[in-house]
Amino acid sequence: MSDTQYTADHEWVRVEGDLATIGITDFAQNALGDVVFVDLPGIGRSFAAGEALGEIESTKSVGELIAPAAGEVVEVNDEVAGDPTLVNSAAEGAGWLIKVRFSEQPELLDEAAYRELTA
Amino acid sequence: MTASGSSQPASPLLAVHEAAGAQLIDFAGWQMPVRYGSDLAEHQAVRERAGLFDLSHMAELRVSGAQAGEFLDHALAGRLSTIELWQAKYSLLLAEHGGIIDDLIVYRVADAEFLVVANASNRHAALEALTARIAAFDATIVDETEQTALVAVQGPFAAAIVESIGLESEPLDGLRYYRSLPAVFEGEDVLLARTGYTGEDGFELYIAAHAAEDLWRAITIAGESHGLALCGLAARDTLRLEAGMPLYGNELSLDVLPAQVGLGRVVALKTKGDFVGRAAIEAGPAEGAPVLVGLVAEGRRAPRSGYPVLDGDRVVGTITSGALSPTLGHPIAMALVEPGSADSDSLKVDVRGTQLPATATDLPFYKREA
Repeated sequence: MSDTQYTADHEWVRVEGDLATIGITDFAQNALGDVVFVDLPGIGRSFAAGEALGEIESTKSVGELIAPAAGEVVEVNDEVAGDPTLVNSAAEGAGWLIKVRFSEQPELLDEAAYRELTA
Repeated sequence: MTASGSSQPASPLLAVHEAAGAQLIDFAGWQMPVRYGSDLAEHQAVRERAGLFDLSHMAELRVSGAQAGEFLDHALAGRLSTIELWQAKYSLLLAEHGGIIDDLIVYRVADAEFLVVANASNRHAALEALTARIAAFDATIVDETEQTALVAVQGPFAAAIVESIGLESEPLDGLRYYRSLPAVFEGEDVLLARTGYTGEDGFELYIAAHAAEDLWRAITIAGESHGLALCGLAARDTLRLEAGMPLYGNELSLDVLPAQVGLGRVVALKTKGDFVGRAAIEAGPAEGAPVLVGLVAEGRRAPRSGYPVLDGDRVVGTITSGALSPTLGHPIAMALVEPGSADSDSLKVDVRGTQLPATATDLPFYKREA
């Protein structure tokens, strides 16, 4: 999707109005392997840029959800908590993790730049 | 990616894995499949049906000569000179101070010939230690790792699959666990062993590297109707952990004596004379040296290697291996802990800042039905 942007920490970010939806990229889920547990922050939590907002555990390792900029959590994907395999099957769609309201502008990569990073 | 030469060995099956879409990792310098798709599905296939593993990175060291058995009695912790032809035995290569240089499997393949199978990561250390110990014996050791392919078929349908690939061998139903057979596949010699590292029935097949692709294909074709899955090292690790099998570099190291990790029985103190490490084993581990325990926890968060283990508020040990058990559905782990805490009912694991209660338990976590 062309309106999707990326971070160097392997998250995707889709900004719609003053809200942003965040998940981990397909590249990241592929590197993690089978996701078995997702720990997400509570709604209303404020965070700073670079803060770890959650954990994505696979059979072999743990990935972190890193905040690309300061903001506040406004929604979490309960479906993923119940079925962590959504992160594998639909990382950049139904496997989204949180919606946030940024209080500062995140620095994001466009698709071409992210592809270059992961090539 | 291809590699050649002894500095960067490659599995003879590398091209097959790439064609199958395997995700490869560097393991002891070898490019090996970590998974082909889902490591959970691969794990489950081995528990319920069958899985096929490439283990060609494992080290094959052939020991031959009139005193090959006596040499192994001296060099290893077990008594190897008296094992029967085609018997396999799990053993340990100890340092003088009793620490573990490697754990390995020894097959007797002739009256005066043994195949010693060492871990890929310890290939050179094992070869070096064995070579240093062989001088006084009428025996030689040859590293055949790169000329040898090893594939494992593991799971309840493993026997049915291996029986149908056209091997020339004695009937498999007479082959007991930890025994092997000489077999022939399309004119190539195979050492067919009923051994494995998954907790399931299964076979390990050693064959010349140049014949590996044909054998692999024959097994995959025979396995189709049995739901055989290609399996990577990730599934192998969760399978062996559920089965309570130690892994070198995690549970086993130069820093632990066999008794600390429940392998005292592997050391033949009573049935043979001197061997490297004997004095240290007789002296025993230092007082308070950590011991290996199994831990189970609730929830979905896996204790992983390196995480601290606490007894009350005090750190008493470290996780050596851990995973959310695919078969059992809860976290399992092995840990080295202070002996006084091995039976404690107040153990916890620090999972990245969260302390999770853990219960010490006997190993294995999973045992297949007989």
